Amino acid sequence: MTQPTPPRTDVPAIEIAGLYKRFGDNEVLKGIDLTVKAGQVVCVIGPSGSGKSTLLRCVNRLEEPTSGQIRVEGIDILDPEIDLDKVRARIGMVFQSFNLFPHLTVLRNLTISQRRVLGRSKGEAEEIARANLERVGLSDKIDAYPAHLSGGQQQRAAIARSLSMSPDMMLFDEPTSALDPELVGDVLDVMRALADSGMTMMVVTHEMGFAREVGDELVFMDDGMIVEEGNPRDVLANPRHDRTRAFLAKVL
Amino acid sequence: MRRTTRRRLTRGAMYALFVAAIGLIAMAADWERLRRVFFQLDVAREQFPEIVTIAAKNTVLFTVISFSGGLVLGVTLALMKLSPVLPYRWLATVYIEVFRGLPALLTIFGIAYVLPIAFGVRAPGGSVGAGLVALIMVAGAYIAEIVRAGIQGVPKGQSEAARSLGMSPARTMFFIVLPQAFRIVIPPITNEFVLLVKDTSLLFIAGSTLLTKEITTFSRDAVSTSGNATPLVMGGMLYLLITIPLTRLVAVLERRMAKTR
Ligand SMILES: Nc1ncnc2c1ncn2[C@@H]1O[C@H](COP(=O)(O)OP(=O)(O)OP(=O)(O)O)[C@@H](O)[C@H]1O
Ligand SMILES: [Mg+2]
Repeated sequence: MTQPTPPRTDVPAIEIAGLYKRFGDNEVLKGIDLTVKAGQVVCVIGPSGSGKSTLLRCVNRLEEPTSGQIRVEGIDILDPEIDLDKVRARIGMVFQSFNLFPHLTVLRNLTISQRRVLGRSKGEAEEIARANLERVGLSDKIDAYPAHLSGGQQQRAAIARSLSMSPDMMLFDEPTSALDPELVGDVLDVMRALADSGMTMMVVTHEMGFAREVGDELVFMDDGMIVEEGNPRDVLANPRHDRTRAFLAKVL
Repeated sequence: MRRTTRRRLTRGAMYALFVAAIGLIAMAADWERLRRVFFQLDVAREQFPEIVTIAAKNTVLFTVISFSGGLVLGVTLALMKLSPVLPYRWLATVYIEVFRGLPALLTIFGIAYVLPIAFGVRAPGGSVGAGLVALIMVAGAYIAEIVRAGIQGVPKGQSEAARSLGMSPARTMFFIVLPQAFRIVIPPITNEFVLLVKDTSLLFIAGSTLLTKEITTFSRDAVSTSGNATPLVMGGMLYLLITIPLTRLVAVLERRMAKTR
């Protein structure tokens, strides 16, 4: 029985309340409240150092929050009793620097955690891997090593790797920031198709076009706080706060 | 054009100097005496087959044993040193500092003679066994530091990616971090292996029998019985016959693996 249970839709996918995070004396998140509903695409923008990555990394506890609450599909993930690995297996994460495993072929990158974490058989894992590589347009790279892929291909392979775990939601941390401009489009296309398929997504990005067209919700962060939040078109066209306006004036 | 000419001239002059130096040394040396002391064919012939079937075999065997043991111990110590558990870290640090700091000779001596007297325990395999245990302990300390540096040389994003896919810390270490660390440590580990080949010559301090002699001990004993230094030259050549093909092999292996990086 390896068929993944379908994502829950009766509770929010991600519910963050009163989240604080400090690195030593540096308070990076200062009371974040944010809800991502199942099937929603929430984009997070904001200046460098505003805490976007830290917020995202708290959601799968790559970063340990100082205080506050985070619920993923209704489960309190800060509960010390929780099986964190199980929670993480349901949350895909895509990094700015791809982080493919360089010692494994693309296929093995996609199958290793299916087999070791989900206990899928070799045949099943490879079948799922193939399907996801096809989805991101990389079927011909199945036996290549990551070093032989372009940045854009690596990032699409990384997305396929996360998808192969059949996650209920995906977190993206500036997935296109490390890419040459001409490679950004392919990755964004994959993400757009993923959003269209109904995947719950939380996306830290500088791609305002993507945020406007694909996002259901846009969150502007500055200095560890959510300054403004709303429909992407509204926020981008009529920012209500000065800080949002100043930021958008710089990036648009 | 002028620049290449000048370069060619300089290179020519350097060759000439080199050849002249070799020639001078060759002429100054007393070849007849060298041959008599170091290259006696009949003395050389007498060393066979034992210098291969006993001495070289033992050197290789002892190296493989102490390296394998040292590798297991070293990886364990490296994991301890990187463990979140403070007493483990502490224990590993003390161990590594002590056995890297002591001369290997002293450690072998201690294990072979002091331990049996102090605790009445003997290492398995008699005196060579005790010596090998000591070599494993020393190699473990060095390899631990090599492996620790290798593990820390794997980018943090790798374990973060593995953890975010749901892999446990142990699986992350085993399937993702260690294989990559392994590539990083190939050059320093090869170095350690070569050092171990030579360190097996220290085993004599634990005492050796006819059958447990390695190359150095065998050659030295052969020198005293034959009154001629030829066995030393043979021993030296045997060491090179072991180490040079090995380092070449590793270089090839490394180049192969670089392709997937
Ligand atoms: N592991 C860490 N240790 C100490 N400080 C950290 C750590 N990670 C992040 N910080 C600090 O937290 C603050 C927010 O960092 P974060 O990476 O979340 O910002 P960001 O909004 O993602 O910025 P960018 O757009 O540059 O990626 C920064 O001041 C950073 O220096
Ligand atoms: Mg960031």
